Amino acid sequence: MERNIVIIGGGPAGLAAAVAAYDAGERDIVVIEREERAGGILKQCIHNGFGLTRFHESMTGPEYAQRFLDEATARGIEIMTNTFVTELSARKEVTCMNERGVFTIKAQAVILAMGCRERSKGALNIAGTRPAGLFSAGTAQKYVNIYGHLPGKRVVILGSGDIGLIMARRMTLEGAKVECVCEIMEHSSGLRRNIAQCLDDFGIPLLLEHTIVEIKGKERVEGVVIAQVDKAKKPVPGTEREIACDTVLFSVGLIPENELSKGAGLALDARTKGCFVDENRQTDIPGVFACGNVLHVHDLVDFVSEEAEIAGRAAAEYVLHGGDAAAALPTQAGENVSYVLPQRVGREGDVKLYFRVKSAIRGAVVRVEAGSAVRTYKRIAVAPGEMENVTVRAADLADAQAVCISVVREV
Amino acid sequence: MYARRSLRRFLRVIFRADGDSGAVPRENMQRDKVRFDVAVVGGGVVGALTARELKKYALSVAVLEAADDVAAGASKANSGIVHAGFDALPGTLKAKYNVAGNAAMEGVCCELGVPFARCGSLVVARSGEEAGLEALSERGRENGVEGLEIVGRDRLLQLEPHIAQEITAALYAPTGGIVCPYALTIAAMGNAMDNGAQLLCGFEVTGAQKSSDGWRLASADGREVSARIVVNCAGAGAERVAALFGDTFFHIGLRRGEYMLLDKSVGTFARHTVFSLPTKAGKGVLVTPTADGNLLVGPTSVEDGAYSTAVRREAFGEIAQRALAMLADIPFGQVITSFAGERAYSDRHDFILEWGAEGVFHAAGIESPGLTASPAIARDVAAQIAGALGAKGNAAFDPFRRSAHWFRELSREEKNAVIAQDPAYGKIVCRCEEVTLGEILDAMRQNPPARTLDGVKLRTRAGMGRCQSGFCQPAVFNELMREWGMTAEQVTKNGKTSFIIAGGEI
Repeated sequence: MERNIVIIGGGPAGLAAAVAAYDAGERDIVVIEREERAGGILKQCIHNGFGLTRFHESMTGPEYAQRFLDEATARGIEIMTNTFVTELSARKEVTCMNERGVFTIKAQAVILAMGCRERSKGALNIAGTRPAGLFSAGTAQKYVNIYGHLPGKRVVILGSGDIGLIMARRMTLEGAKVECVCEIMEHSSGLRRNIAQCLDDFGIPLLLEHTIVEIKGKERVEGVVIAQVDKAKKPVPGTEREIACDTVLFSVGLIPENELSKGAGLALDARTKGCFVDENRQTDIPGVFACGNVLHVHDLVDFVSEEAEIAGRAAAEYVLHGGDAAAALPTQAGENVSYVLPQRVGREGDVKLYFRVKSAIRGAVVRVEAGSAVRTYKRIAVAPGEMENVTVRAADLADAQAVCISVVREV
Repeated sequence: MYARRSLRRFLRVIFRADGDSGAVPRENMQRDKVRFDVAVVGGGVVGALTARELKKYALSVAVLEAADDVAAGASKANSGIVHAGFDALPGTLKAKYNVAGNAAMEGVCCELGVPFARCGSLVVARSGEEAGLEALSERGRENGVEGLEIVGRDRLLQLEPHIAQEITAALYAPTGGIVCPYALTIAAMGNAMDNGAQLLCGFEVTGAQKSSDGWRLASADGREVSARIVVNCAGAGAERVAALFGDTFFHIGLRRGEYMLLDKSVGTFARHTVFSLPTKAGKGVLVTPTADGNLLVGPTSVEDGAYSTAVRREAFGEIAQRALAMLADIPFGQVITSFAGERAYSDRHDFILEWGAEGVFHAAGIESPGLTASPAIARDVAAQIAGALGAKGNAAFDPFRRSAHWFRELSREEKNAVIAQDPAYGKIVCRCEEVTLGEILDAMRQNPPARTLDGVKLRTRAGMGRCQSGFCQPAVFNELMREWGMTAEQVTKNGKTSFIIAGGEI
């Protein structure tokens, strides 16, 4: 089987990329989705707040996904559901399995849109037993929102990522008692609005610089021991206390699901855990593009859609008119910036750079250095949980060897 | 390694009618007495393999397991090492059965379709410790271990590129291997059941009464089984079980071993099982590839007064420190889980394999190298029992069971033929380990049937990958409900009160 564009993943990134590729003139597109329905994780995110940036209205996750699914359906784009990609080759051969068998699609362009997975509790080296009642926050969310089962009644949450915060509210609304949310860092990695709406509004304590050091219980969780941590994130002796609970939810980070990318020989950026890409979201393999949470973990789906549209348009351009010369200009993370995406840019036009700060600052200045040009932009507040962006002008790129972004306190 | 069968044979094996399964679900079990020739107490690796060997004779066999599934104790949480046999003191039962078990393991795994690899092992030594390697090597030769060789640092670097700077030499044992211990236990029990053995789960033996021709065994929940001969393979519970028959001539101690398991992406970081020189406390921390392709580091050694599978806070540092003394730069960032197993040892510090009260045989204190020894122990124990009962051979015994991972071992053409017959094999449920719905249904339908989330996990690997069941758990949960007609509140992680969903008891 041969197809012009194969999109791996039918979540918000894959759907937006498909629509954008179609609108850029490409018609032979297939989206491969492993689940029964497209929409990705948004299907279980029944809370609102999606689309505020992009559509200036507040939607639930399923509503946001449906909007893109409707767009794809209206264009007659094929979505192959219940189909699992087992392998991607560097020659853009996509091997799939579904209820009809195992088959390979030879693609001209591939868009990686596999999303991310939750970091598991097992990776955390927590002492104690391994009873029932330990869930990643997203798994608990699926039980509650998709299947209508309540996983527990007394809950401790480790990690204040957005899913953990959302689930603190969700479990509370369903009648569970959320004892606390422990966060090992000195700041939450979640959106500020989620801390206000999901914890503060319900009186759920957020214990910063705290972690779970031990899990208790034989068959089902009976409690956890929590402790304060020092600057090196080591538990401080004497600060341990036991909290009785029957459930622990873990919201301890998201990891882009790049097993297929690695299989194709693509190197991953240690900071983003995704591929290296240029401003068209093209990876190191010409004709292979990446977007959404498989490229870097986003906090707002609005930005996922925006990024996916860049990749979708570029993939169509690649199929219709061939590839461009590789972009040569590296981007760099300067002071208080953890990463900048894309990792390299061309000089042809204005380019929007996305980045995250390492620590929160009120009254911040974003400083962009490109060759001799140094430009600064004010921000009221920046936080690690909220991705920032800045547009660099083509004129500034002309004589630059690199583009460096740093974020400092306003003086 | 595994004999490749023709497609036609494959399809016949795959789709054969699942008739007399031998499984006796608890609710269908008669309340009154059930008579067997032999009752095996304990469904660990020794009990399961013994039941299978007993079915090679014309004997009726029941396995009484206290937990809700087999492989619930040490057989689920150990190193999975097939030891070469140079550790045990010559003349001990450990030495005898280690070497014999090592020789038998590959054939048993082949018959049962269990992952096994003869990856070889290395005992590494620092400068000044080389004499210890010589002594081990000599002991190995006395025990009849073949192919032992002491290698210097240059050769060692070829064998294990990540060997630590301080290591100067190693004892190389090419016959060392790795096996999946719970897969072996499940497959042995399944094959025994396919040949007519019965598994009674949740049967904790709490009473034993002598009868005219054997023993009547009572469980905590009121069931009763009678048998002419009882084999005590109760692992950590062996002393308690022995006492029910009046046998108090051995004591069982508990030694906890804690492990860290690393992702498959670093599964080939070590190519061999790497040990340091053994001390009085045992063989110490090892680093090994597992038969399923992960990297395993551990175990610690913690003397316990009471049974515990909790991982101590200090375990992580201890494991890392000792492992890093053997191999440099172990990628501990790739840890996917940590766990502990409780190993039962006897106060003789050797296996106990002998008759106790009339009609009672004890197979107790089967600590390391117990997994390696288990096929040979089972064979000998079954022969002794068959001899005592004057049993004839069972000509109908079929030693084969299809591979636990038969589907993933197929070629694309074979997979397509299977999927055309049953589309469930085309639907991936566990994305990390690529386990299909068909395989999950198999796990619940073939012997011994899985009735819990862990049961499905141990049989299929669904939930054992890098996401640790985050994505597939709700799907497996739903399949358990559908297959067994359970409500959501009845589904458990591993039986008893390990409920997943808040219900009456949570």
